[in-house]
Amino acid sequence: MELKNSKFERRVLLTRFNLMCVMFVLVALGLVVRLFYLQIQNNEHFSTRSLENRIKIEPLVPARGLIFSRNGKLIAGNSTSLSLVAIPEKIDDMKASLARLGEKLGLDEAQLEQSLISSKGKSFQKHVLKANLTEKEAAIFAANRFQFPGVSVIPNSSRYYPLGEEMAHVLGYVGRIQPEELKDLDETNYRGTRLIGKTGIEGSLEPLLHGTSGYQRVEVNAEGRVIRIVERRASIPGENIQLTIDSDLQREAFKALSGKVGAIVAIDPNNGEILVAMSNPSFDPNLFVNGITQKQYDALIYSKDRGLFNRFLRGQYPPGSIIKPIVALGALEAGIKRHDVNVFCPGFFRLTENGRPYRCWAKEGHGNVNMTASIARSCDVYYYSLAKKFGIQGLHDSLTLFGLGEKTGVDLPGEKAGLVPSADWKREKLGRNWYKGETLISGIGQGFMLATPMQLAYATSILASKGDAKIPHLFRASKHNFLNEINLRQSDGVAVVLKNQNNWDLVREAMVQVVHGKAGTARSSKLANGIIFAGKTGTAQVSSVDRELELQPDEIPVHLRDHSLFVGYAPAENPAIAIAVVIENGGSGSRVAAPIAKRVVDKFFAGNQKF
Amino acid sequence: MSILNRRVDLPLAGGLAVLCVLGLVVLFSASGESTGIFISQIIRIGIGIFVMLSVAQLSPNALLRIGPILYVSGILLLVTVAFWGDGQGARRWIDLGYIRFQPSEILKLAVPIVIAAIVSNRSLPPSSRGLLLCALVIFVPTILIYLQPDLGTAILVASSGLIIIFLGGISWRLIRYSSFLLCCLAPVVWYFIRDYQKQRILTLFAPERDPLGAGYHIIQSKIAIGSGGIYGKGWLNGTQSHLEFLPERATDFIFAVYCEEFGFVGVLVLFMAYALVVIRSIVILYDAQDTFSRLLGGAIIFTFVSYVFVNIGMVVGLLPVVGVPLPLVSYGGTSMVTILGGFGILMSIQTHKKFYADV
Repeated sequence: MELKNSKFERRVLLTRFNLMCVMFVLVALGLVVRLFYLQIQNNEHFSTRSLENRIKIEPLVPARGLIFSRNGKLIAGNSTSLSLVAIPEKIDDMKASLARLGEKLGLDEAQLEQSLISSKGKSFQKHVLKANLTEKEAAIFAANRFQFPGVSVIPNSSRYYPLGEEMAHVLGYVGRIQPEELKDLDETNYRGTRLIGKTGIEGSLEPLLHGTSGYQRVEVNAEGRVIRIVERRASIPGENIQLTIDSDLQREAFKALSGKVGAIVAIDPNNGEILVAMSNPSFDPNLFVNGITQKQYDALIYSKDRGLFNRFLRGQYPPGSIIKPIVALGALEAGIKRHDVNVFCPGFFRLTENGRPYRCWAKEGHGNVNMTASIARSCDVYYYSLAKKFGIQGLHDSLTLFGLGEKTGVDLPGEKAGLVPSADWKREKLGRNWYKGETLISGIGQGFMLATPMQLAYATSILASKGDAKIPHLFRASKHNFLNEINLRQSDGVAVVLKNQNNWDLVREAMVQVVHGKAGTARSSKLANGIIFAGKTGTAQVSSVDRELELQPDEIPVHLRDHSLFVGYAPAENPAIAIAVVIENGGSGSRVAAPIAKRVVDKFFAGNQKF
Repeated sequence: MSILNRRVDLPLAGGLAVLCVLGLVVLFSASGESTGIFISQIIRIGIGIFVMLSVAQLSPNALLRIGPILYVSGILLLVTVAFWGDGQGARRWIDLGYIRFQPSEILKLAVPIVIAAIVSNRSLPPSSRGLLLCALVIFVPTILIYLQPDLGTAILVASSGLIIIFLGGISWRLIRYSSFLLCCLAPVVWYFIRDYQKQRILTLFAPERDPLGAGYHIIQSKIAIGSGGIYGKGWLNGTQSHLEFLPERATDFIFAVYCEEFGFVGVLVLFMAYALVVIRSIVILYDAQDTFSRLLGGAIIFTFVSYVFVNIGMVVGLLPVVGVPLPLVSYGGTSMVTILGGFGILMSIQTHKKFYADV
């Protein structure tokens, strides 16, 4: 050591030490600047990110409003179902985990995987593996859950329809919100909502039934576990709704239609409340709530009788003789023909002397018929002659007064408007001129003319109330007013005002004769307890084969057979119910539709203390 | 007691005490207020102080003689660890029952002692033969530690030796050449380092690339630091750490917890405490009486400061994520003991010089 030049060494060392110290200072300054940049310059940005990290907003989904029938029966309720969910991020070996799940719970592994793939979402979010677990599946899972980190069972609010098929076309159903539906929704209010009303009342009253979504701001840790609730705004449940439908009467209609394809609508003509709205065949709306399988859906879609098709709202049928009282009333008002002037019916009618014959349904003819008899016995020739004088525009105007050819405005989505033709309409739509012969068959509700059962019931209710039209509706009241005092939700349609009030009585009396007259077409459908039933039968041609070839009814293929129709109201003097029945390819109105109407109306009065 | 007094440098001990106390305070918060971890850290500090005081009793000459023994045993232990070690993902630990022990820590002291001995043995600047010997002494443990794999410690061990060569007055020409050589080798190194290490380096430049994967540490750490602001969220109030968004919050990322809870002001206080320790150590160096002491002391300070810089650089997102603790603050056993042992050497240098002067 003594040999070394220690002064020189000291100088070398100190120079290098100084360099090292300078470097220390520079790096330290650099770090301070960096920390200044992070903590002071960008404090706001990072504070926000820190808040976003720990505070999550969770929607509080409101309970959907319940739906009751007018007689207080729950027809759409909420239930809690259990769903198996997985957080992919928390699962090390998804394939093995799904395989084990499938084995333990007896589920199809491939299907679990499929639902995992189809449920979109981030890997740290919950993905539904299977909705609607059975109690047994949930119990098995609970006992084995330690084997499945990242998989859990969560409760889900769901919807159920206790009356199933009977109410399907009235209530519609709820289903999972589809991405395209989200566009039209208030996103804040629907954050977290799983089910939305798709059709029927569930669809049309969606805003009332859904309620107002609440939220809670929660502090979560890095795992997403909720540590505490910071702020909470409770959701406001959807309103409970009472419908005008009488569930007992609806059931009677369901039974009466069993095995038949058709629809029944019954309305209280005093206020437009729909007592019955049944379309058969029907479907089980519960299938749609948690996602219908393709197989079940195909079965509904491709069935011959199309259970999903709402016949009372969207089924458009030639009304046939049903329109005769309305045509007669129009003609009386227009002074086309006095009620007591006879028309001779030889079984056919010719426009010109050697023209083609337009046949009456009664081949041998009705002989002399006045207006009353023309309705009671449903003489076609009388209306050919009336229509010829009245013209298509006169027919058109009379029929549209009763709401035909336009939507009734019932509170259900997807209503069809039917069709009341006119010369203008034909030119515009078909680009062809109107023929006189078309006027004749329009006079008996054939040809281009179409009406829905809902329209027929509405028109009948206008007849029943002597023109005091009330728009048919299903929504009777909502929660806050139906418990204490019932605030009737009704709205007036366009009233039918006659110049001569007597004309109501003439036509209404004729309709009583349909049931109670000796030759009335519905004389075998009188009501029990002597209640006077006014009505009109209709047998609407689907094709002209039967009259041209003069085949017997059972020789005709089912899909070409006549539609069987009946409209009516009772009691005749002070009507409490107006009804329309349409049976597709049912044959004669008097033999098929009228007895069904009688059955439902009888049930109405049997269950009604006032009568 | 009088001997003990003579062997303790009070200003240095004071600075270290401040750091340890700050460390315990933030550790209590970072560990989720765990008294178990708190006590365990106190025990480690106690062991560290014991080692520091023991080392301080040895003269620098004694250290010079012990150095090679430490070095050789450290190398042997590293080889042993490679075959029987214990550790998550990387084999670094030897389990001695109560204490788990990382042999690479021994080399953090042994390498600088041996290199300082080699360099100070001849006149400065070191000859090329001396440099070759140094290169060998540095290379063997570095490679062994790198293979564990523990890139961070390997670099620190290597640099604790290299800094002595630098301080020893190696010519700038050689420094330039070797820097140039290093730059040329960088692509080769890139080829040889492991995937996760590449990942960490890539993550440094673009942490948002994979926010839930490799970038998660850095993103959460920056959020913690940045959201601390000027005065911090207050002790025990750091949401990033208490809600467990911040990973490794008691160990490598404890500085982020500190920043979140004590803010920029707290950072300056911590920096001042480190500065106190470093300035006092440098003063000791300038006063030291022989080349071996100065070189060894320089290496110890350099290693210490490098630890601080590398850890903070990593936590603030300027350096890749390497497993380097924040000295005296992070929770962890052997590094605490090594660091305090290093300061024992500095105290030894300071407290033994009067005796030299008397000789």
